[in-house]
Amino acid sequence: MAIFADKNSKVVVQGATGHQGVFHIGAMKEFGTNVVAGVTPGKGGQKVENIPIFDNVFEAVSKTDANTSLVLVPARFAKDAVFEALDAGCKTIVVITENIPFHDAMEFVHYAIYKNAVLIGPNCPGIASPGKTKIGILPGQIFKEGNVGVASRSGTLTYEIVNSLTEKGIGQSTCIGLGGDPIIGTTFIDALDAFEKDPETKAIVLVGEIGGTAEEEAAEHIKKHISKPVFAFIAGRTAPPGKRMGHAGAIIARGKGTAESKIKAFEKADVKLAKFPTDIADLVEKNI
Amino acid sequence: MKLFEYRGKELFNKYGIAVPNGRLVKDENDFSDLNFPFVLKAQVPIGGRGKAGGIKSAENLNEAKDNFSKIMGMDIRGYTVRKVLAEEKVDIKKELYLSITLDRSKRMSLIMASSEGGMDIESVPDEKIFKEWINPLIGIQSFHIRGIVSRLKLEKEEGKEVAKVISKIYKLFREYDCELVEINPLIIKKDGKVMALDSKVNINDDATYRHPDIEPEVVELTPLEKEAKEKGIAFIQLDGNIGVIANGAGLTMATLDALTNYSGKGGVFLDLGGTDDPEKVKQAFELMKKAKPKVIFLNLFGGITRCDTVARGVKEVITKEGIDCPVITRIKGCNEDQAKDILKDAGLITGTTLQDAAQKSSDLAR
Repeated sequence: MAIFADKNSKVVVQGATGHQGVFHIGAMKEFGTNVVAGVTPGKGGQKVENIPIFDNVFEAVSKTDANTSLVLVPARFAKDAVFEALDAGCKTIVVITENIPFHDAMEFVHYAIYKNAVLIGPNCPGIASPGKTKIGILPGQIFKEGNVGVASRSGTLTYEIVNSLTEKGIGQSTCIGLGGDPIIGTTFIDALDAFEKDPETKAIVLVGEIGGTAEEEAAEHIKKHISKPVFAFIAGRTAPPGKRMGHAGAIIARGKGTAESKIKAFEKADVKLAKFPTDIADLVEKNI
Repeated sequence: MKLFEYRGKELFNKYGIAVPNGRLVKDENDFSDLNFPFVLKAQVPIGGRGKAGGIKSAENLNEAKDNFSKIMGMDIRGYTVRKVLAEEKVDIKKELYLSITLDRSKRMSLIMASSEGGMDIESVPDEKIFKEWINPLIGIQSFHIRGIVSRLKLEKEEGKEVAKVISKIYKLFREYDCELVEINPLIIKKDGKVMALDSKVNINDDATYRHPDIEPEVVELTPLEKEAKEKGIAFIQLDGNIGVIANGAGLTMATLDALTNYSGKGGVFLDLGGTDDPEKVKQAFELMKKAKPKVIFLNLFGGITRCDTVARGVKEVITKEGIDCPVITRIKGCNEDQAKDILKDAGLITGTTLQDAAQKSSDLAR
C-alpha cells in the first residue's frame, strides 16, 4: 500500500504539451507511473511521449479511464482546470501550479471536498510512492521503496531530506508535497491519518515551515490520534516577521506562525525534532 | 499589496461604505475647501502611526500648517511619509471593529467583529471578538450577518446599517481578491449613520493581474528587493552579513537557520527556484554582490535541476566579473561531483556537509 497514489493511479496530465508537460510525462513514465492521457485544449489528436492528447478532460477520462489528474497549467487557468477534472470524475488532483490567486484555491479546495476527491497542492511538487508511482515533478532518483511516510510544505528541502533517508538505506512508503501556499487541499492532518492507516508506513516525517498554524494543529492531532513515531523539521527559525519567505504561505503575520511556536507544539506532542534537515535520517535510524 | 488608507477608502466609496469628507493635501497651503476641525493622517503601509505622532488634529489654519509640516516627511518605523490625508472630524457614539480575512486552517473567509473598536484587535480578548466563517461555495448569507450583528448588541436601526456594511465589505473582499479588509474603527454617529474612520485593504499579489484599476504600490520593498522582483528572483534583505543563495524557499530558509548554530547571521535570502538557466544564475550573483555581504553561501540540492549546470553559470559570473568576498558552496544531488570540480576550478571553497559549510561561512563572516 501507499497513500493517495499507487499502482491503480491512471494519470491524465493537464497542460501536457508545454515544455514542463513533455519533460515530466517522460520522467513519470520512467519512474513507472501509468500516464494514460494528456489534455491541452486545441491540441487533441497529438501525442506526447506516445501518450494521446485530448481537447478536454471528459474525453480523456471516457477514452482512457483516467482517475487522477496532474495540473500543470498556468495560474490564471488553474481554477478552470481543477473544476474540469473534478466534474470529469477524477478522484485525485495534484496541482503543481504556483501563484494561483488564493480565492481561486479556496473555491476549488471546497469543490474537491464536495466531490469527495483528494486535492494535493497547489504550489507543490506532487506525490511519489516509490516502486509504484510518481505524480508530479519530484526527481525520481532520490527515492527508495520502504516504510517512512513523508509530508512536507516545501519542495527542494523535501528532496534533501528524502535523499538523506535513501543514502542511509531508509526507504519511503509515500512522499507527499503539500504545497507552500496559504490555502492547500491536503493538510498535515489528512496525511497523518492516511499514514496511520497505511500498514506499509512505520514512521512519519513532517517538514513544516513558518506561517499559519498547520503544524500546531498537526501536533494536537498527533497527541490524540497517531500511534506511529513522528519526526519533524521546521524551516524559518530566523525569518523576520512580516516578510514572505519565498512561499506565499511562509509569513509570520501579526505574531502568528513563528517557528518557535511550531517547535514547542511538536515537542509537547512528543515529536522528535531535527536541528538540521539532514539530521532527520539519523533520528529515524536511531528510533526505529 | 497593502493599499494606503486613502486608497482603501476610495474602494469603500465605490462599494457605498461611508467615509469622512476628506482628501490628500499637497502642501501647507492646500486646505481651502476643508472645514475645521479636521485630522491630518500620515499615509504609511503599517500600523501604529498614531503612537508615532503620524495623526494630528487641526482646529484652525495655523495649527493645520504647523501639523502638516510636522507629519510630511517624518519617519514612521522606516517609512518616510510622502502623503498626508486630511479628514473632517465627525461625532462618535460607538466604535466597532470589523474585518474580513482568510482563515488558512478552515480555508474559508472569516468575518470578525467586536464592540471594542478603535484599539489594536490583538489586545481585545477573544471572547469579545465575534466570528463567522463563509464557505466560498455558498458565499455570504443572511444568517452569517445576523450571527455577527445580534452579538454586537446594537439598536435596531444601527444593526441594519452595520449589516449593510458587512455585506458590502464581503463583496469588496471577494471581487478585489483581498487578503484583508479591515475597518477599525467602524463608527456609529449620533444620528445612527455608520462610517469607516480607517481602512486596511490588502490585495493578494497573485491576483493583481485581475485588477488593472489598482496601481501597484511597492513601498514595502528595498531598492534591491524591487530590482529582484522585476527580474523574478525571490530576494529578501535581512540584518546579518552572510548572503545565502539556495534553490527552493524551504531550503533557503533552512540554510539561513543552519548559520545560527555557528553564530552566523543571514543578510540575504535568495531563492534561485527551479532554474539552472545561466542568465538567471548570473543575475542572482549580481544582485547578491550589490547587497555587499561579507560571505556568500551557495547551498544547492540538485533534483530536477542539475548541479553542474548551475555550477557552470556560477563559474562564468565569477571568472568574468570577479567577486570580492569569499564564496562557500555546498552541493548535493544530481551531478554533484562534476559541479564540485567546476566550482573548485573557479576558486570557491567547498563544504562537505551543510553543517561544515554553515560553520565555514559563519567563521569567515566574523
